Amino acid sequence: MTGTTEAGSVGVTTTQAVRLFTAESPLVLATGAELGPVDVAYETYGTLNADASNAVYICHALTGDAHAAGWHEGDKRPGWWDNLIGPGKPLDTNRFFVICSNLIGGCRGSTGPSSPNPATGRAYGLDFPLLDMSDFVAVHRALLASLGIGRLLIALGGSLGGMQVLQWSLEHPEDIAHAAIVAASSRLTAQNIAFSAVARRAIMDDPQFNGGQYAIRGTNPDVGLSIARMMAHITYLSEDAFTEKFGRSPQGETSRRGFGIDFAVESYLDHQGQVFLERFDALSYLYLTRVMDYFDPFSRPDALTGLAASPVRYLVLSFDTDWRFSTEHSLRIVRHLETARQPITFRELRSPYGHDSFLLDDPTYHATLRAWFDRALEVGT
Amino acid sequence: MSAPASLRLDLQLVADQVFAGSRVLDLGCGSGSLLSHLITRKRCTGLGVEIDPDSVLAAIRRGVPVLDRRIEDALVDIADDSYDTVVLSRTLQTMLRPEFVLSQMARVAERLVVSVPNFGWYRNRLRLLSGRMPVSKEIPYLWYNSPNLRFTTLADLEDLFDQLGLIIDRRFTYTQHGRRLRMYGQSANLMASAAVYVLRPER
Repeated sequence: MTGTTEAGSVGVTTTQAVRLFTAESPLVLATGAELGPVDVAYETYGTLNADASNAVYICHALTGDAHAAGWHEGDKRPGWWDNLIGPGKPLDTNRFFVICSNLIGGCRGSTGPSSPNPATGRAYGLDFPLLDMSDFVAVHRALLASLGIGRLLIALGGSLGGMQVLQWSLEHPEDIAHAAIVAASSRLTAQNIAFSAVARRAIMDDPQFNGGQYAIRGTNPDVGLSIARMMAHITYLSEDAFTEKFGRSPQGETSRRGFGIDFAVESYLDHQGQVFLERFDALSYLYLTRVMDYFDPFSRPDALTGLAASPVRYLVLSFDTDWRFSTEHSLRIVRHLETARQPITFRELRSPYGHDSFLLDDPTYHATLRAWFDRALEVGT
Repeated sequence: MSAPASLRLDLQLVADQVFAGSRVLDLGCGSGSLLSHLITRKRCTGLGVEIDPDSVLAAIRRGVPVLDRRIEDALVDIADDSYDTVVLSRTLQTMLRPEFVLSQMARVAERLVVSVPNFGWYRNRLRLLSGRMPVSKEIPYLWYNSPNLRFTTLADLEDLFDQLGLIIDRRFTYTQHGRRLRMYGQSANLMASAAVYVLRPER
């Protein structure tokens, strides 16, 4: 809690929850399936101005949550994008009103596969419906409506968050004046899907997975979920970042060789896998990664028609060492949007840290966002 | 933020060659002053391409859409005939493959505005005669730190235009102080320190 009073912090924040859809008035998913009730956890920072023209929506990545900035009581670390959001920071909460919500299908306060199924009284498990990127957007829009906001000044997201922003801007361009898409993709490659497939297999083949009904037995597919996280984490960092952090340093004093945690990098991955178990649910991991696998918005023949009537100012950013969603992924987005004659700005930023760079406060990255946000505020909604 | 009150003289000349309301691609857009002017004063839409980090940041702050990419790379991703006018302002001499850049420009737009320094200007010739590489207001670099890779006179450049099927609609030549020269034919190649061409591809 040392950071609560430091300059630039939004201070102590609390996650709120709202029921956006009910059993009687359910969310109709892209597949036609219905889901209700739907609860959504969210946080806000700053103050919405009188004409609701300073609203910024943050879409989080695969394992993120609504707690983007500030401090929760007792926490050792602030929200996941605290370096970006706060007084005087690029998303200056003295000027912007920032909203961040937890995805449905997730496990951090919003309705997901481990929530109780009203039909059975126990967790949905694999009976939870498959989701689509547009379902995330539908729920974000419902939250916005409940907050009395008609149009966003900015929608911003990195990785899966950027994919939501892209989907939202294509499907409902009238909602968004400025869209920032960072380290994202409009279509996963076979390699991307392959990594997801191995992660899902690790979870589903864990004997504790029990067909998705592990909670009722009081167990959890810890081994599978931690392996999924360890492997994914490798893809989030560059080779250079691993070398810089760990090199070939041994873990501990002993030089005895074995099959334990001999190298520092092994200890790090093990730790990443273990701490992940405390905050993430295996079913959510399955559902959310599958949404990414199927995401391919430009494959729709009418993908760009909405933008013609209601242009969006885009910012697309990539990082040169990101090999999960390389610059080529961002350029594909740029090509489509440029063809659609949208005002678009693109930068490839230099960073040694790979995909995770979008969460770090690289000076050029943050200067770029700050310049673009400041301009957005001048242009308005 | 409004556009600066006055554009650099050669950029004003370039701006005058762009029709109001047209879609403009500005290759080597710098901090976006030309595009900002065209967007705010002439209802144009457009896109800049720039590689200098500080200039890109300034263009973003100004609200000019900009791709932080090499011109050659950005051009190949742009569809045929998707712009009304493509501008290349004092940048052709820094391109490794000028003929490729010009032919790509002709592919993406029906109107090309190209401004260049003239290495055939008499003072450059005199300087070379004295045994030294030209250094002037238009070419302010020493040979070892110059971003310029290709050195052309207006006469050589016009040969390349011809070879690429680019028709010269207009040519503006001016002195190192930005004064317009009323001069035609080869004498301009001697007297002009820079020139602006308006070109159109043979179709």
